[in-house]
Amino acid sequence: MPSALPLGDPAPADGLLPASAADGAGERDFGVYVHVPFCRVRCGYCDFNTYTATELRGVKQTDYADQAIAEIGFAARALERSGVAGRAAATVFFGGGTPTLLPPGDLARMLDAVRAEWGIAPGAEVTTEANPDSVGPGDLARLAEAGFTRVSFGMQSAVPHVLRTLERTHDPERVPLVVEWARQAGLDVSLDLIYGTPGESLADWRRSLEAALACEPDHLSAYALIVEEGTKLARQIRRGEVAEPDDDLEADMYELADELLGAAGYGWYEVSNWATGPAHVSRHNLGYWRGADWWGVGPGAHSHVGGVRWWNVKHPAAYAARVLAGDSPAAGREILDAETRRVERVLLQVRIVDGLPVAELAESGRREVAGLIADGLIDGAAALGGVIRLTRAGRLLADAVVRRLTA
Amino acid sequence: MSPRAVRPLEPAATDPARIRNFCIIAHIDHGKSTLADRMLQITGIVQERDMRAQYLDRMDIERERGITIKSQAVRMPWEVDGETFALNMIDTPGHVDFSYEVSRSLAACEGAILLVDAAQGIEAQTLANLYLALENDLEIIPVLNKIDLPAADPEKYAAELANLIGGSPDDVLRVSGKTGQGVEELLDRVVQRIPAPKGEADAPARAMIFDSVYDAYRGVVTYVRMVDGKLAPRQKIQMMSTRAQHELLEIGVSAPEPTPTKGLGVGEVGYLITGVKDVRQSKVGDTVTDAAKPATEPLPGYTDPKPMVFSGLYPIDASDYPELREALDKLKLSDAALNYEPETSVALGFGFRCGFLGLLHLEIVTERLEREFGLDIITTAPSVVYEVTTEDKKTVRVTNPSEFPAGKIDSVREPMVRAAILAPKDYVGTIMELCQSRRGTLIGMDYLSEDRVEIKYQIPLGEIVFDFFDQLKSRTQGYASLDYEPAGEQESDLVKVDILLQGETVDAFSAIVHRDKAYQYGVLMTGRLKELIPRQQFEVPVQAAIGARIIARESIRAMRKDVLAKCYGGDITRKRKLLEKQKEGKKRMKMVGRVEVPQEAFIAALSGDTERKDKDK
Repeated sequence: MPSALPLGDPAPADGLLPASAADGAGERDFGVYVHVPFCRVRCGYCDFNTYTATELRGVKQTDYADQAIAEIGFAARALERSGVAGRAAATVFFGGGTPTLLPPGDLARMLDAVRAEWGIAPGAEVTTEANPDSVGPGDLARLAEAGFTRVSFGMQSAVPHVLRTLERTHDPERVPLVVEWARQAGLDVSLDLIYGTPGESLADWRRSLEAALACEPDHLSAYALIVEEGTKLARQIRRGEVAEPDDDLEADMYELADELLGAAGYGWYEVSNWATGPAHVSRHNLGYWRGADWWGVGPGAHSHVGGVRWWNVKHPAAYAARVLAGDSPAAGREILDAETRRVERVLLQVRIVDGLPVAELAESGRREVAGLIADGLIDGAAALGGVIRLTRAGRLLADAVVRRLTA
Repeated sequence: MSPRAVRPLEPAATDPARIRNFCIIAHIDHGKSTLADRMLQITGIVQERDMRAQYLDRMDIERERGITIKSQAVRMPWEVDGETFALNMIDTPGHVDFSYEVSRSLAACEGAILLVDAAQGIEAQTLANLYLALENDLEIIPVLNKIDLPAADPEKYAAELANLIGGSPDDVLRVSGKTGQGVEELLDRVVQRIPAPKGEADAPARAMIFDSVYDAYRGVVTYVRMVDGKLAPRQKIQMMSTRAQHELLEIGVSAPEPTPTKGLGVGEVGYLITGVKDVRQSKVGDTVTDAAKPATEPLPGYTDPKPMVFSGLYPIDASDYPELREALDKLKLSDAALNYEPETSVALGFGFRCGFLGLLHLEIVTERLEREFGLDIITTAPSVVYEVTTEDKKTVRVTNPSEFPAGKIDSVREPMVRAAILAPKDYVGTIMELCQSRRGTLIGMDYLSEDRVEIKYQIPLGEIVFDFFDQLKSRTQGYASLDYEPAGEQESDLVKVDILLQGETVDAFSAIVHRDKAYQYGVLMTGRLKELIPRQQFEVPVQAAIGARIIARESIRAMRKDVLAKCYGGDITRKRKLLEKQKEGKKRMKMVGRVEVPQEAFIAALSGDTERKDKDK
């Protein structure tokens, strides 16, 4: 999550939700996100809500699991008192930061708390993010034992100079190894890649893609590097020390990724995500795009339940104080009105391969459809069948397509 | 040295022999206003404690830019050899754009102080006004100002002045408006050298309007020089050009605050108030007469001010259009030369096509709109008046490229000016190069002094209004000065160049240029727009065309990536807000066909500021 929180309404200390949030909850999937806000070092491009040991103002990583468990308990009671139907978690996702900086036992305890409060649905997807250099074979086996089904490794690149610019500390040679260990532990494996790093050539990117494919993961994410305000990378670019990522080169890189991944049997199911088949898509992330309910646990985590979005205070120290006092850690929230929910649905649904039913567009959006087909940005046959689905060129211009559809 | 006059002469009863009417001819910042201030102080009509710098310049802009836009007249008492005189100092505008106003001010005087900065020497505009003064048979009193400056070189410039107007360098007075040194001698010399006004006291009243100023409280204040007869309060007066009649609510002199009097007699200078609200009812150069007993002949020299330069004025924020209209309506009350009509532009929205006396006039108007009315405005490239004759022999007057007739053109005539450029001789080469590149024809070259040259060119006005002055200044490190006067018109091989975005003409960029320059203009503008217009979802050709013939082409490549790859841990709120922001930005876009162009891009292209390119988001 980005370092700046949105501006919203104040969130009540008791965490209660308006009645509207409970409507139809039984029909929606429920997920849990657990944020682990720690990293060994801060990477130059990263503006996520994460902290290195020196930035923690006395907060101890060893205390964190208990705080998160406190929020999980608080969450279950708040949902219950708000009349939101209780559902077993269909997905659980541990992200960061670097969740695997915590001992597997801590991750297992937090997952146990989720199980204890809500239950874990049969066949649920339980993922943790991991850095290739923060896990060993024993850790992965213990996680699988605790109920994790999936691990997503932050590989980012296979090219040393690119990893250096990103300030990633792992040895690229280690990636096949950790993938193999995860397999042996029975975990589904995803690899995260970043493209558009300053200094990265198209050939570098091809090398990373080929290296990732050689590991035969079940799932791949490829994210264009976003230069966020306030990061070291943004300062380096402003000072002219490194070149700004070039949109055209990034477009070439995206096309190359889609090409190579498609040839290797991976299909896109979201703008930046590919999987070997429907069984291996990230159901947790799809929940974000499909408007599922989820509770986000941890500093700066975002939640959504039935048209109410809220976000927690950012700093681990402030967070700890809130949850230990039994208060909601929410910093602010917004209750979406019908029009906002409609716009959000277009915004989110267009990005996934299922596409958006044309029927959900407002009149002005429908008038754009023919033009979008003509410009080659959406699939004409799909549109005739009543669904807006992006073409490859359209995926690269997804934000522009959304603007036209919501004009 | 003369003492201050003990008892000033009574207006309306002053013997013309005791009146001296004069003006000061000077270049901007040669210290005219400071000298005038010193005169007010030395003659005792403004007390020390009331003195503020440049007393006579009323408007903020005038004071800040150090130029006088609106002239006024001040009556000052002065005693020479025991006799009291009334000195009327008529303040003249210092710039060529206001040459008509200058000529009327000069016509109200019998003499002029030629004021020149002792560190800079005479400038082109001053020289032009000096010619006008000599044509009006004014007695010239040459004066070097700022002799207190370390850089002053009075010997050199006294010789230059003597060379120009005849006489000996020793006749050139040396003063400092700042310290007051030499100012009393100057006042004495005004009395001694400038002739008294002549006129017929018993003839029907005739007064010449040399200025007309709008005052928010009093309405229009009209400044006049009485030539014949007499005007008195409550009298019915008539404007001879329009036959319009008004009652004289107040008549008086500026001393320097308006002071009502019993009237004005032959040779006197003062003001009239009739309660009219629009300066157009009281036109500079017109003759005021007695409605009951009108004069048969108006005073010579009246003409309507003709706009020479035209430009579109648009509010940067489209919602400011009503405010712009209101502001122009108000400015018009105090600026008889300003005219405007509504105009619509694809690129810039709703605005006004305005006519100006010249470039400075344009600059002053836009600055007043911004400063006094708080408006942000953009002006299109200035244009001049072309006479276009089509193949079927119809002649059209074109002040805006959009009026240029389509189809075959028989001929185009354009206004010419006679430009005089004064500069140190080292710059002659570069100045000639500039004038030559602007289709100028050399008329002559005179050495004013050993190292200063006056270069005269016949040159199209259209070339002067486009970036000429800036070029001249930058090529001469600011040393050159420019003056120009209308010099007829000539037939030229002119064409209209259109700029097209994806086949659609962008009206604000059309220009009428010489055929030899058309390609250059096309390449310049297509290049600028290519830099400034953000990439679209499709390729956009940017073309320059003469009629249907494309003479230059660029293309803006299609944008290929416009997507945020990641959604951070479910922070949908941020993503939606970004979309809202992008859509908000899109609303401010101007549409040219299907092409979205930020208004800033048009503005930057017009102003030549291509350094910053708005990114696609």
